[in-house]
Amino acid sequence: MKPKVAFFEFTSCEGCQLTVLDTLQRHPELLEVIEIVQFREAMSERSDDYQIAFIEGSCTRASDEEKIREIRTQAQIVIAVGACAHLGGINAIRNRMPLENVREYVYGEKKDWFETYPARPLSAVIKVDAVIPGCPIDRDEFAMAVTHLLQGRMPAIPDYPLCIECKLTENVCMFLRGQTCLGPITRAGCDAICPSCGQGCEGCRGLIPSPNLGAIKDALRERGMTEEQIDARLSLFLTYQTMQMEGVTPA
Amino acid sequence: MSTLKVDVHHVTRVEGHGNIVVDVENGELTQCDLQIVETPRFFEAMLRGRAYDEASHITSRICGICAVGHATASLRATEQALGVTPSLQTTLLRKLNFHGEILDSHVLHIYMLVAPDYLGLGSVIPLAKSAPDIVLRALRMKQLAGDLCATLCGRHTHPISMTVGGFTQFPKPAELRALRERLVASRADCDATIQLLQGLEFPAFERDTEYVALHRDDEYCFIDGSIASSDGGIRPLDEYREVTNETIVAHSSAKHTRHRRESYMVGALARFNINYDLLHPRAQAAAEVLGLHPKTINPYLNAAAQAVEVVHCTEDAILLIDQLLDLGIKPEEPAAPTRMSGEGVGAADVPRGTLFHHYRIEDGTIVGANCIIPTGQNLANIELDMRALVPGILDRTQQEITLALEMLVRAYDPCISCSTHMLDVKFV
Ligand code: SF4
Ligand code: SF4
Ligand code: SF4
Repeated sequence: MKPKVAFFEFTSCEGCQLTVLDTLQRHPELLEVIEIVQFREAMSERSDDYQIAFIEGSCTRASDEEKIREIRTQAQIVIAVGACAHLGGINAIRNRMPLENVREYVYGEKKDWFETYPARPLSAVIKVDAVIPGCPIDRDEFAMAVTHLLQGRMPAIPDYPLCIECKLTENVCMFLRGQTCLGPITRAGCDAICPSCGQGCEGCRGLIPSPNLGAIKDALRERGMTEEQIDARLSLFLTYQTMQMEGVTPA
Repeated sequence: MSTLKVDVHHVTRVEGHGNIVVDVENGELTQCDLQIVETPRFFEAMLRGRAYDEASHITSRICGICAVGHATASLRATEQALGVTPSLQTTLLRKLNFHGEILDSHVLHIYMLVAPDYLGLGSVIPLAKSAPDIVLRALRMKQLAGDLCATLCGRHTHPISMTVGGFTQFPKPAELRALRERLVASRADCDATIQLLQGLEFPAFERDTEYVALHRDDEYCFIDGSIASSDGGIRPLDEYREVTNETIVAHSSAKHTRHRRESYMVGALARFNINYDLLHPRAQAAAEVLGLHPKTINPYLNAAAQAVEVVHCTEDAILLIDQLLDLGIKPEEPAAPTRMSGEGVGAADVPRGTLFHHYRIEDGTIVGANCIIPTGQNLANIELDMRALVPGILDRTQQEITLALEMLVRAYDPCISCSTHMLDVKFV
């Protein structure tokens, strides 16, 4: 029997789900081996009988937690899709700012109308079985993850830094080009797509195990970045992880 | 039916979460809302304290489907603020990239989100079995659009190589020539798309409203330009607040807007109505086939206007590639800022309509930001459409009424995930 698969999204841009759609279009054979029973963005049919749940987006309000737990109860396997679900993603930038100030800046005196709290990755709410990192996820990695699941394995992701992939791609290092890059502390798996396009890595795939944050900060300082700029860069995608490492709780 | 309650929790086949709530009691319409229940995103607050060159990468994450549009509007706002004048090559590359996104989004909307309604299906998936040629065509067109974006900026969703003043990577002439060949071959798919829409039976609902789009005298405008209204008047971009006039409503985390009337519409149909004369002749011919003339006031026909734009963007992309090849595409350093502080407004007419980014920058750091997205501007208009539509269809079954309303909402191609910005941010 084909495994029944459902897709869900919480606070996100839906870019990862669009990448999933794109992957399914390019690999129609995947649709032969799984049965999609829920995918709000793409179809109106919907069933709550599923075994595998792919969840995009971070949890940014208490009222979403219940739904996330419900999905956990139903699904045998829960996969966090993309940086928002995996790391809190770009939504967590504001975790370093006083929440009241953030709310007031956008909603003014109506700030209490809209429920919110600091952005969290899925794993802060439920147990997550595997992640597909990236912002957005990589098409091939998603296809690979589905293949692994069908073989009864959990999708595996690289645990070495991006620099290794970047060297294999024969890029001239961004630091040698006078720019900056988070490759040394970022998890590989995207084929170093940003350095290959002339942009330093922003860390969207998250930190490698035991990253040397001190060394990367030194390297960024040497390139003339101020402490504020360094903090900003490290908090593009890595806010939640670095705050956890520092033992800081969001304001 | 004199009493009716419609409560569509999370409209499907749209970007993001919205609910339709309609309440009719004894023939009297007491409630008719499109509720936006998306979580607030707070991008404007998150931009504060960021280096100016991070803004486009952050704001592209507002929306996975209009990522190029957000990046473009963001870059233009930053460039206005810092006195950057991009080269001709940069401008042409941006326009070409933008067409890739419009094509991708429109094809997705027409084929995957709208067509299933008219073919009586819940999604495009069963269509793959019953009409594989239609699905394969859509995939071919989407793939071309995606490859166009990937060639120009590294990837479609969240462009990498677009930066303030230019690009950090350049397509090779051979890559552009290959894309050109595929675009030319895609004319047959464009024609077939027009034929497909010609065969669909659009509901005969009409409601006159105000249409707003970016406008330039010399091209069918997607980037920069001025703000034009079908009710008359053209304003420079930095007067965008006079057009959008945002207000907060309780049932929506996205703000509503109004210009000369109670509401206005942005998007493909608005652009078509305002800029029809500037469409490529092949696109005008396609409009003719569909019986579409300015001004068209049936909102369901937004999908038809999108198809006309698919033809236009395909043709214009070919012309842009020719221009780039003639110019001889070459790697160039991005144009540098001439000052590090300033204020600027950037605009782009993304698939769903006009998008504004407004930044204030001090010493290279963003200190104030405001973004106004198209779906927010359309919300009030969608509700007024629903209010006008419901009384005329009360004799139908609840299921039929619900479907008509869902189709109406979908026709606007709303992108609810990014419609969560609100307030009138005052820069003090
Ligand atoms: S990870 Fe990135 S692409 Fe995916 S939903 Fe979040 S913001 Fe969008
Ligand atoms: S460019 Fe970045 S990823 Fe590549 S080698 Fe240099 S630091 Fe590492
Ligand atoms: S290079 Fe870095 S920022 Fe770019 S996709 Fe890879 S991990 Fe993400």
